[in-house]
Amino acid sequence: MKTLKKTTKVNLATYLGVILAFTCVTVAKGTGLLSNSMNSWLVPICCYIVMAISLNLTVGISGELSLGHAGFMSVGAFSGVVTAMSLQQAIPFSPLRLAVSMIVGAALAAVVGLIVGIPVLRLRGDYLAIVTLAFGEIIKQLINCLLVGWDSRGLHFAFNLDGTQTISSLGLEEGGIAIIKGAQGATGTVTLSSFTAGFVLVMLTLFIVLNLIQSRTGRAIMAIRDNRIAAESVGLNITKYKLTAFVTSAALAGAAGALYGLNYSNLSSSIFDFNTSILILVFVVLGGLGNIWGSIVATVVLYILPEALREFRDYRMLLYAIVLILVMLVTNSPQVKAILGHIKGKGAKSHG
Amino acid sequence: MEFLNNLIIGVSLGSIYAIIALGYTMVYGIAKMLNFAHGDVIMVGGYISFCTTFYLDMPVWLSVLAAVAVCTVLGVVIEGLAYRPLRQATSLAVLITAIGVSYFLQNTAMLIWSPTPKFYTAVVSGSLSLLGGQLQVSYVSILTVAVCLLIMVVLTLFISKSKLGKAMRACSEDKGAAQLMGINVNRTISITFAIGSALAAIAGVLLCSYTPQLSPTTGTQPGIKAFTAAVFGGIGSIPGAFLGGLLLGIIESLAKAYLSTNLASAIVFAVLILVLLFRPSGLLGKYVPEKV
Amino acid sequence: MAEKKFEKGKMVPVPSRSIIPERDLDKSPVLECSHLGIDFGGLKAVADFNLTIGRTEIAGLIGPNGAGKTTVFNLLTKVYQPTRGTILLDGVDTAGKSTTQINRMGIARTFQNIRLFSNLSVEDNVKVGLHNQEKYSTLSGILRFPTYWKHERAAHQRAMELLSIFDMQDLAHHQAGSLPYGAQRRLEIVRALATNPSLLLLDEPAAGMNPSETAELMENIVKIRDTFHIAIMLIEHDMSLVMGICEGICVLNFGQVIAKGTAEEIQSNPTVIEAYLGKQQ
Repeated sequence: MKTLKKTTKVNLATYLGVILAFTCVTVAKGTGLLSNSMNSWLVPICCYIVMAISLNLTVGISGELSLGHAGFMSVGAFSGVVTAMSLQQAIPFSPLRLAVSMIVGAALAAVVGLIVGIPVLRLRGDYLAIVTLAFGEIIKQLINCLLVGWDSRGLHFAFNLDGTQTISSLGLEEGGIAIIKGAQGATGTVTLSSFTAGFVLVMLTLFIVLNLIQSRTGRAIMAIRDNRIAAESVGLNITKYKLTAFVTSAALAGAAGALYGLNYSNLSSSIFDFNTSILILVFVVLGGLGNIWGSIVATVVLYILPEALREFRDYRMLLYAIVLILVMLVTNSPQVKAILGHIKGKGAKSHG
Repeated sequence: MEFLNNLIIGVSLGSIYAIIALGYTMVYGIAKMLNFAHGDVIMVGGYISFCTTFYLDMPVWLSVLAAVAVCTVLGVVIEGLAYRPLRQATSLAVLITAIGVSYFLQNTAMLIWSPTPKFYTAVVSGSLSLLGGQLQVSYVSILTVAVCLLIMVVLTLFISKSKLGKAMRACSEDKGAAQLMGINVNRTISITFAIGSALAAIAGVLLCSYTPQLSPTTGTQPGIKAFTAAVFGGIGSIPGAFLGGLLLGIIESLAKAYLSTNLASAIVFAVLILVLLFRPSGLLGKYVPEKV
Repeated sequence: MAEKKFEKGKMVPVPSRSIIPERDLDKSPVLECSHLGIDFGGLKAVADFNLTIGRTEIAGLIGPNGAGKTTVFNLLTKVYQPTRGTILLDGVDTAGKSTTQINRMGIARTFQNIRLFSNLSVEDNVKVGLHNQEKYSTLSGILRFPTYWKHERAAHQRAMELLSIFDMQDLAHHQAGSLPYGAQRRLEIVRALATNPSLLLLDEPAAGMNPSETAELMENIVKIRDTFHIAIMLIEHDMSLVMGICEGICVLNFGQVIAKGTAEEIQSNPTVIEAYLGKQQ
């Protein structure tokens, strides 16, 4: 029989690990140990960690396969950029502006999560997966048609349905700024993100998700995952708790999106596509479903791996694919496990 | 007249989706897995056909055969190496493996054929003029629809009449029971993959004849669309894949023409979501409630 | 062990062709079904099911395999919506209610094929049962407001108390799915009890248990009834259990009630004997 209840220790170790990693990297950065390219990884890694943890809430804790998580990141990213750009004069202090943008990004992503979640969560299994995929693609295309500008009169929106409208259709005043330019995405954004902000967001995400799991709500969510019919029979409101998990996950993805969006001066909606959703799903699955620290480690390793394989140039994505397949085979196939066990056993014998 | 034209475009595009969707749906029906690498098999089929005509000067029919042969072998190899060891694993593990296979195929193609798009010469050219030239129907469209119908008929007969088809249906109902009745489940699944991949090769040739650009990511978008079509029609159902593919193609082409060029795919996906909300198992899918 | 040995009540008729124990006569019945029925396609899986259960009655539902016993449970808990008939729970009509609402109204159940939250710990399984007893908001859960600590502590204590019915406190931190079969069945009962029901439905509680385990289970079912003052209805194939503790027994065959009465009456009923053993030649 398996005994649980190491949870609290594991959680504590997770917080400590993140703090330690942050301290080490900050020190390394200060002493100039990090190369320029390594420096540029830091914020995206934080964003992807938050994405992976939040997706783990949906897939691992709530047990619903979502293939459109990047859609929420996209909503967060563009609403965050719009917020930050239009509040430039109102809030000159940039960390505060970043925080406000992240909150707006999270809120908007949560609203979209609610709109998506209410119909979607009625479906099960593979159907839910395909509908989340569809929503991700819809969000991407909608943002592709979006034109947003800001001038002293406020925000201006236009929707480029037929492909004829340009930024001039917004009718901006002299001195107004175009923020989102349709398929081009957001250009000329004043970047605000920093590694510290990323660290704070990761810690906040950990706090929210870990505390949620160890509460009445979290137990209800996991109970529904384990056995929906039994959960109904003990009086749990299935829709409410599935939606809670889904919306929380969307909101966190929105915050991560805002941080990501404000890290680059140019941002196109096409980067938040199906492949990004899949990439994050891979982080979650390889880190272990429901395993939060696993998600963090998997994200860091799998983000750095292709970058580190850069010297293999064209072969690196191929290697990545092979590693991915092999890891899945080794961890999931009874035959491969048996073969490995055999080799291990032999090794132990020859040593002993 | 313009409407008719758009409808014809939709029907032929839909026929391609239907052929791809058949591959998804057959594999799902029997192995209960979403084979994300299916779209990339289409791409491989396109490249094989391209290379055999362009470099080896093979006649078109031979190049199609070559593509079908290579993809069939590829499908069986993928199934045997990557999916078979995971037969008992969770569906998520299989899904991630399929994604890995998809990356693998795309990147291998990128190494062999480089990322720059190739220009594919359509297998047939020219078009049929109808109604005094008001309506142009390309031969590719006619060929596509004809091939799709042919495949549909042959496949339906095969599944319902042949011994192997019966074995497939038995495996998709209950693998354990099928095994006890002396059906070789692994072999049956392999054959299903072979058929699905052969169809993907044909779809690849037709797709590239339709949109003559060929690149390592050519299969991705049609793959996702066809997957949607399969779900739309009811995944696991062969007539469902046919119907779903056709409807999807028509909706996409009409949406592009009359609603918005930019949002055509979004509209397709929105229709899918609406259908699933009212029929949670797709148009022709069976709803199996959980037994208490 | 317990001084107060279990005594079966005398069964008396109540209006509507049913019987309940005499001691429950002055209280309103916990459950009244009338003309309950459901069709699956053309098949009448359950037809014209009438039953009244007294406030502290232990009732049995028996019948050959496929008679529709579990279907009756599914109708009572609204896993299936009945095609015909009414169910009154504490005198309230349950028409149109969902399974979730039914539980909150007072019916808890276990399942024939065990349905635990198998990845959660034993204690957490019971705590999920306490979900609607110890309430606090999601936000206070995340921010760890004082109400979180208060209710979590209360939930922990209550869960331990409930587990102690079956002496399972020591298993609290084990994963529910890794428990042996018998313990899983007992945990399901504890989880159902945690929802504070007025009627507990047990679907084959003794399945897969040996005679001594069954005897212990019988004692425990009676103990539960006596401590919680609730009604219990159970489906069981083990006749020693049914005849031993059930006061009113209802026999189903092909979706129809073929007999109702006390253990003695049922045992000597020719229709029941025929349903189980076939017609005597």
